[in-house]
Amino acid sequence: MNFDFSDDQKLLKEQVRKFLADKCPTKVVRRVLDGPETHAEDVWKGLVDLGVPALGIPEEYGGMGLSPLEVCVVAEEIGRAAAPVPFDTSVVLATEALKLAGSDAQKKKWLPELASGKAIGTLAIAEGAQPPKPRNIRTTFGGGRLNGKKLPVTDGEAATFAIVLANSGGSGDRAVSLVLVDLGQAGVAKKRIETIDPARKHAELTFNDATAELLGGEGEGWRLLERLYDAAAVYFAFAQVGGAEAAMWMARDYALQRQAFGRAIGSYQAIKHKLADCYVKLELARSNAYYGAMMLTEDGADLPLAAAAARIAATDAYDFAAKENIQTHGGIGFTWEADTQFHYRRSRLLALSIGGPMAWKDKLVTRLEQKNAA
Amino acid sequence: MDFNDTQEEAAFRQEVRSWLDANATRKSDDTQSNRARNDDPELLKKAKEWQDKKATAGYARLTWPKEFGGRGASPILQVIYQQEEANYLVPLGFFDIGLGMCIPTMMAYAKPEQLQRYVKPALHGQEVWCQLFSEPAAGSDVAGIRTKAERDGDDWIINGQKVWTSGAHYCDFGIVITRTDPNVPKHAGLTMFFLDMKTPGVEVRPIKQMSGGANFNEVFFTNVRIPDSQRLGKVGEGWKAALTTLMNERLAVGLPSGGLDIDELMELARETELEDGAAIRNQQVRSKIADWYVQQQGLKLTRYRTLTALSKGQTPGPESSIIKIVAAPKMQDMGAFAMELMGHAGIMKEDVPFAAGFQAQWIGGAGFRIAGGTDEILRNIVAERVLGLPADIRVDKDIPFNQLGKK
Repeated sequence: MNFDFSDDQKLLKEQVRKFLADKCPTKVVRRVLDGPETHAEDVWKGLVDLGVPALGIPEEYGGMGLSPLEVCVVAEEIGRAAAPVPFDTSVVLATEALKLAGSDAQKKKWLPELASGKAIGTLAIAEGAQPPKPRNIRTTFGGGRLNGKKLPVTDGEAATFAIVLANSGGSGDRAVSLVLVDLGQAGVAKKRIETIDPARKHAELTFNDATAELLGGEGEGWRLLERLYDAAAVYFAFAQVGGAEAAMWMARDYALQRQAFGRAIGSYQAIKHKLADCYVKLELARSNAYYGAMMLTEDGADLPLAAAAARIAATDAYDFAAKENIQTHGGIGFTWEADTQFHYRRSRLLALSIGGPMAWKDKLVTRLEQKNAA
Repeated sequence: MDFNDTQEEAAFRQEVRSWLDANATRKSDDTQSNRARNDDPELLKKAKEWQDKKATAGYARLTWPKEFGGRGASPILQVIYQQEEANYLVPLGFFDIGLGMCIPTMMAYAKPEQLQRYVKPALHGQEVWCQLFSEPAAGSDVAGIRTKAERDGDDWIINGQKVWTSGAHYCDFGIVITRTDPNVPKHAGLTMFFLDMKTPGVEVRPIKQMSGGANFNEVFFTNVRIPDSQRLGKVGEGWKAALTTLMNERLAVGLPSGGLDIDELMELARETELEDGAAIRNQQVRSKIADWYVQQQGLKLTRYRTLTALSKGQTPGPESSIIKIVAAPKMQDMGAFAMELMGHAGIMKEDVPFAAGFQAQWIGGAGFRIAGGTDEILRNIVAERVLGLPADIRVDKDIPFNQLGKK
């Protein structure tokens, strides 16, 4: 039985943790939240210097060729710090999409740039307040041209390129394709939009005859997106685990320090049991996330099921820890000055950006039915 | 990451399998439980035979030192044996308390000649042991016990009542915690003994549970005379001895076997018709199945993390403290939900799917949330030991036991 990370992986985790504790304390999260920056460029540069974006990229494309496990331990630390950097977008979604569906030429062009931090990639799926489905995507792709509007796009302003879900003329699930579009061209307009988590900036992207190319086969967009989301669910789960753990300890530290009715509020069972429940959910999430990481690394047959379970457990753990952290703090926890808001905001952002719990629960049962039928 | 055995573990697993194949019958389906109601005397006889066979082959307590019939093996081998044994139809559950808690306490406090006398018959299932701790007025707060032991020359005289004593009706010996000094605060006045359950003045009365079973008992002590040589630890240090016993309770890391779970719930949902078709197509049903699947997997994988530490010879982290907090309410809630899927017929104990197993789990779950640490006490333990939050304020801490409750 070896259901744990290796010593080297733990060392990497520790290194990133120390770096972020030093260079990305909560005041940096606040700086981005309150300010005009698209992301914390100083922190991102430091992570690039540590090789973070290169970890999971094959050596032939300028990366370090390490396994998903290395990316998972880093994701946990990014989540713990609620770091305002394009990790979920560039290191997870864009990199994984290219690895999954990119042609050799596309990989040669973009992966080395992602690895070196020269490029930031993102994913543009949603088109406003409807969960995306193959039948309701209005952005179109044809004749090498992309037209339409995507919002919200995480890191849309900072990104060099985006991978966009667009209608390419087929029918049913085959109505949509993934297309890769360079965002530094005249046919692309970027506009910042307000969201519940201003520490991660979002944009509306408008494509007006923008030059673009297919990523993967025509009509394969929905199938590829599902596979991309399975991998992303595992990495997101680690980020959520890190965030949940940080929120839990933040609440615990405050509960030890805050006095009410003559004693620390952490000595009341109403608080103790709530925080114990945070721990229970956290450990369920961590265990499910580990299995997701193991399946992702082995490309195991259980990946779709393990990814869904990791996603559901980690979303639940982070949502719960983030909201009960504010509740434990009482009124001070609801002020702009308090750090509690960072995890509350981030937990919802991560919960919704690759499909919410309701959708993942439905997927999980479908996959369970498929497994039982097999 | 992998779930594979090390070379040593794999070799041991193979050895265990060969031995079990030669000595027991393999289960035909994994919902068959080995934990049948242990109020059946026929089953006890079979369990004693099986225990003897196991002990003779050296599998009964692998972690115990060789001199006591163990192999001085790492805990992971004990777990591997239990994992394999769970695949066979063998009677289990009668000796866990004795070998898991009572005898380890004896090993910590009894004299060498006493260990010589008691360990081997316990290991071989010839003598069964029980733990006499809880009382009507002392459950979660076990240090609040009132059963008295008073010195009389070289003897002690015990008077009082114990409750929830698993297996007392078939046990031969027990360890008992008593109050020897009511003039000092609660924890300081306790002393531990062991005794023969046939000592005059000991009376065992089974408690019929809500589930219909009778695994537990009330045990009454009326002028029970035992020699001082049966004392475990110093006078007034019974709480320390009790902690030794309870620490051993927490070392149990085997997976519970049998019971209905997600697969059975899915089957039920496929076969149940709701207003708009099969229940499995209903989003509320799917959402609940998903939540319980995540919990079931989470528990299994959390155990794997603990086993990983054992396999590497490390001390496991506190993660296994979540297991009963999750498993017990899940058992109760999933039982209730499966019953709801059956409609009004969900109340029936016959002519319902899975031989009324979900109904049994709903009933049993109510007890499981209490036994061996309530949901609430377990949350206190996580909050205090894992998160480092303060213990509850003990208003009885500095007050002599016999002054408690008095103005």
